[in-house]
Amino acid sequence: MIDKDFIEDLLKKHPYSNVKHQNDCLTLSCPAQQIIDLTTELRDQQTFDLLVDLTAVDQGEAVENRFMVVIHLYSCIHHDYIRIHSDCTDNESPEFPSIHSVYPAANWHEREAFDMFGIVFTGHPNLKRILMWDEYPYFPLRKEFPLAGIDVPLPADDVVEVTQASVEPAPMMGGPFVSSGQGFMSDAEPRAKDESWTEKKEKPV
Amino acid sequence: MSEVTFKEVQVGDSGYRDAVAEERLNSERMALNVGPSHPTTHGVLRLMMELNGDLIEKCEPVLGYLHRGDEKIAENMTYNQFVPYTDRLDYLSPLANNVAYAIAVENLAGVKVPERCEAIRVMICEMARISSHLLGMGVFGMDAGAWTPFMYTFTEREKLYTLFEELTGARFTTSFTRIGGVARDIPEGWLQKVSRFCEELPKAIEEVEKLLTRNRIFLDRTEGVGVISSSDALAFGLTGPNLRASGVDFDLRKDKPYSGYEKYDFEVPIGTRGDCYDRYLVRIEEVRESLKIINQLIDDFPAGSWYAEDAKKIFAPPKEKIMTSMEELIQNFMIVTEGPQVKPGEIYFEAENPKGALGFYIVSKGGGVPYRMKIRAPSFCNLSILEKLAPGHMLADITVILGSLDFVMGECDR
Repeated sequence: MIDKDFIEDLLKKHPYSNVKHQNDCLTLSCPAQQIIDLTTELRDQQTFDLLVDLTAVDQGEAVENRFMVVIHLYSCIHHDYIRIHSDCTDNESPEFPSIHSVYPAANWHEREAFDMFGIVFTGHPNLKRILMWDEYPYFPLRKEFPLAGIDVPLPADDVVEVTQASVEPAPMMGGPFVSSGQGFMSDAEPRAKDESWTEKKEKPV
Repeated sequence: MSEVTFKEVQVGDSGYRDAVAEERLNSERMALNVGPSHPTTHGVLRLMMELNGDLIEKCEPVLGYLHRGDEKIAENMTYNQFVPYTDRLDYLSPLANNVAYAIAVENLAGVKVPERCEAIRVMICEMARISSHLLGMGVFGMDAGAWTPFMYTFTEREKLYTLFEELTGARFTTSFTRIGGVARDIPEGWLQKVSRFCEELPKAIEEVEKLLTRNRIFLDRTEGVGVISSSDALAFGLTGPNLRASGVDFDLRKDKPYSGYEKYDFEVPIGTRGDCYDRYLVRIEEVRESLKIINQLIDDFPAGSWYAEDAKKIFAPPKEKIMTSMEELIQNFMIVTEGPQVKPGEIYFEAENPKGALGFYIVSKGGGVPYRMKIRAPSFCNLSILEKLAPGHMLADITVILGSLDFVMGECDR
């Protein structure tokens, strides 16, 4: 079981890691350089043999370490999860060591985190976009990226030549989206803000 | 053609033929693109393969053709507004997704739902599992060349859809759960109808088993094909029936019970070899176990409230109260406009869905909108093993392997 002894033992072996909280599962913080060391230990010595999830969180441009990688491990023996928080140091071009060598499952998860946040996983064997297309220029899950999307040229030149088509931002008017949970409705709902067209005034072409 | 060097083998010996064939085949590689729109890929998966004759040397799955940015969308709407989006993750078992999502947010908000609500959720989860596995087995048979079983499973699935329709008002995109409860109580007489369905289903399962389980052609195509060892399955993060078929006893309903699963008596079927045939067997047994759970529920369905009555800032009050009482009207208005109020924190919750463990990682900074939501899709992880699994198999095996992995691209690409 994950109890006090387990945590004390783990912290003694890995003094660089800290317990953040234990609200739903044990949450550790770990510097990026030591992540391979810690995950190898958890896998080999503590039976955390299933990497269930690896993702990142964009904490906003104001925060000192903007991108945080979050790893969830599961142990079939303890029947419990461990969460590891680890900050990427550089905000401009975030980097993080790939744990693909420890958990092969991390391969696609890391590609997705790279695709969505632009975090470069050093040592990854095949780091390229996985959900967006290869030529896509932005990282959509960063907080500054607008929900509607940004006008982007289509990657197929021959199609563009004939159709002049591009990837357009999605229309937001009438959508169910809120930009924030707080404040007045007029501030919170984009449909209340978009006054460029109404039922009386036609939509600008 | 490249020059064939004759080795010291007897004419008529199969080694001779193999040597010749190998020489000729090694001379050229063929690149083959399967999908993104192809019947074997069950959606919009694209496989970039390198073939040596009929032998797959390299297989690279290309994803993202169904990417809709669900995680970005989730950051921009209230918790309840996102429920319909969960329908469209694994669209073969929308009810199970609804439940997984609702429990994740409830755990974050610290809401405890009453027993009856938990029972309704377990019931619909198991019905969703049956529905998903019926389709999975049906199309798996079809992938292996057997048309008829699909007809049997689909007939049963149709009955399930009718039951879903009566419960939720929709056959496919159910959006049934709310944070802190479900959309409505079960209708009168519905349990009897479910009970009748549970009596009919085992016969249909037996028919399917008669058609497939000992079918020589089916066995030839699936036995020993696509073998995943238990260590590989764990290393690549497989979950659900695919992991259990490889002999790993991992079922979140038993290991980390949620929604009152610990109260029910059921077994977790485990495979031994981890081939395509085992994955089929595990699914068919899981349907039987799900039936067991549903029957236990019908025998003793808990009474009481079907939503968390004390969760004033989470679950909207009943309609008649909204229309007659000022406080409830305000409460309803706040929940609809600003969303269910959730305290700051983070949560990771996984539910044992038909395809595997569907996880939601939610970071909240308070209020009715998540700051970040990651959806851990089982199909995404299950597919990642394909790069390792496919090489060494024949091209025709790819159909069977894909069918046995039973993935859904809606969930994979999100």
